[in-house]
Amino acid sequence: MELLKPAEIRKPFLTPGVAVLLVLAGNGLLFLAARLLFGIGAVANLNNQYPWGIWIGIDVAGGVALAAGGFTTAALCYLMHREKYHAVVRPALLTAMLGYTFVSLGVCIDIGRWYYIWHPIIMWNGHSALFEVGLCVTIYVNVLYIEFLPVVAERFIGRVALPGPLARLNGLVDRGLRALDRGLSKVMFLFIISGVVLSTLHQSSLGTLMVIAGPKMHPLWQTPILPLLFLLSAIAVGFPMVIVESMLAARSFGLKPEMEILSDLGRMTAPLLGIYLAFKIGDMFIRETFVYLMVLDRASVLWMAEILFGVVIPLRMLLSRDVLKSPSLLFTAASLVVGGVLLNRIDNFVVAYRPPYSFGAYHPAIGEIAVTVGFIALLVLMYRAAVMIFPVISLPDKDGAPRTKYAVRG
Amino acid sequence: MEPIEKLSRRSFLKRGAAAGAGLAALAAAPAQGAREAPLSPERKGVLVDTTTCISCRNCEWACKTAHDLPTPPLKAYEDKTPLSSMRRPDATALTVVNRYDNLKEPGVPYGVKVQCMHCEHPACVSACIVGALTKQRASGAVVWDTRKCIGCRYCMVACPFQVPAFEYRRALQPRLMKCDFCFSRQEQGKVPACVEKCPVEALTFGPREDLVRVARERVKASPERYINHVYGELEVGGTSWLYLAGRDFADLQFPKLAEEPPLGVTESIQEGVFAYFVPPVALFALLGMVMWVAKNRPEAEET
Repeated sequence: MELLKPAEIRKPFLTPGVAVLLVLAGNGLLFLAARLLFGIGAVANLNNQYPWGIWIGIDVAGGVALAAGGFTTAALCYLMHREKYHAVVRPALLTAMLGYTFVSLGVCIDIGRWYYIWHPIIMWNGHSALFEVGLCVTIYVNVLYIEFLPVVAERFIGRVALPGPLARLNGLVDRGLRALDRGLSKVMFLFIISGVVLSTLHQSSLGTLMVIAGPKMHPLWQTPILPLLFLLSAIAVGFPMVIVESMLAARSFGLKPEMEILSDLGRMTAPLLGIYLAFKIGDMFIRETFVYLMVLDRASVLWMAEILFGVVIPLRMLLSRDVLKSPSLLFTAASLVVGGVLLNRIDNFVVAYRPPYSFGAYHPAIGEIAVTVGFIALLVLMYRAAVMIFPVISLPDKDGAPRTKYAVRG
Repeated sequence: MEPIEKLSRRSFLKRGAAAGAGLAALAAAPAQGAREAPLSPERKGVLVDTTTCISCRNCEWACKTAHDLPTPPLKAYEDKTPLSSMRRPDATALTVVNRYDNLKEPGVPYGVKVQCMHCEHPACVSACIVGALTKQRASGAVVWDTRKCIGCRYCMVACPFQVPAFEYRRALQPRLMKCDFCFSRQEQGKVPACVEKCPVEALTFGPREDLVRVARERVKASPERYINHVYGELEVGGTSWLYLAGRDFADLQFPKLAEEPPLGVTESIQEGVFAYFVPPVALFALLGMVMWVAKNRPEAEET
């Protein structure tokens, strides 16, 4: 196996695709400004019957689930000590860090009083699943930023070049970074374990959220084991998300995808998907909710789509050696899992929610969609910028230098 | 009473959920009991007799006046056109009256006043991320605190009656609007504004426990007038506001709800997962051990 070493990507930032993303991001920010100036009602189709829409279903719940690659790869690489997967840890960490940043932003714009976002830190309600999710996510965002600090240190150690008169401080900053890096490397295991524990907690509690809606939630989704289903699906979607994101990045930067690592991740995804499927189907039979599949409506069609295209088909694909070896088929299977879990979160938070007094179903407004799309575009742009500034993506190391970052620095 | 079998299955599911959340069922069983102080036996309630209500909507006017909400003069409420469609309380009206046909005496339609039910075990209070909603132990009122609320609207997701309303059109300090049981009037020894205004005494204010008895007596005294169901006595574990009706509550667009408060399952899960922080800390220790063992495995060095 050839040696891999994280390095900054040296390519022009602006491409036609990036220009499109910039337009989408700008458009989203315009609608965001309208929301801040005139209130949620000015841009969103939310009302007293449907208090939550796609900002919660996609930006928050979907975002948290799809950022699960951060803790699953950290668990694989550091907890289980599989050094081989080092190459995907940093991209996954970056995705999680940016993902959770945008989840927090999504929460901020969805709550009516965004300037009170800090309230849950001091005003506690232990009974509330939302409180637990809020607190865990707040802590976890910080843990992710700390986990990313060594990458920042690695980027600048020995290369600190402050502009103008500040240049005199170069030596001092360099020593500071080295001290920070040494200190962090001693305690990093604490943050890595915390990250996994916090993820386990809030990924599951995100599922607890809708349990309290009781009969207002469609029985196909309403179950007391929702937290378990959320946790299992988050674990299952972690590696597929890393596969999708690595392949997209490789394509965008004209690199060769690391098929050796990615097909291993694909292979490990199959049993994780299988466990999720078993619990999902088992729950259906215990609660006898299969009767709701006999009716052809939006709920039953979406439930079937979620299971068939999001779980069963990719599961079968990932069990095949040919699929694991083929970049395009592996990408297809991983994308199906990602799409399936995203659809599941939308189903749980938006589709399954049926208020007792409805004056017409909820459909996301143009403004809601614009903000969500804008945030996703911004996230991709920031990812692109980050991998150009920091050593995140691993490239074949031509010098044949040893892999560990400390030796590299010499 | 619920059939035994159903009950045991529910508690099984509950416990299964707590265990399934990944982290031991050890504390799930004793979860219920110990929490806030008990509700006062003197806590208040209102008995709404929908067979007496004449849909005059004076209560709507009184409510808006008492809560400083903009309202046309009382005279304007003589207009009966709003009664032709079903309305729900919103940010501009904390209570509304809907009219329903009386099948026994077509000339005397039923009036159903709708507002917050002030549950005995409110889902909104359990759900609120910052504890901005509280159930007052003495009056039984479910009260909202503007100083805490962040506007997340999880209470609206949780409420089984879909009552809390939100000021979506306000950019700054949007409020959560719902009936507050006139708790500040109650503190001054006054009755709620709607009760005071009602010209036909369709609303009876008093200790909830007495009202349950009164309601049962009325049903017993006039079985031809009432159906044998006091809505709110048992629904979602009981509500402060109770209703009498002349026809099935489903016809009057009341949701059909179980006797178990909807927050029970959630709180069991939460308390199972977070029993004194033992499960998270145990998971932390377990993962630390896994990490240590994996690192010291000889073959782990080269993969």
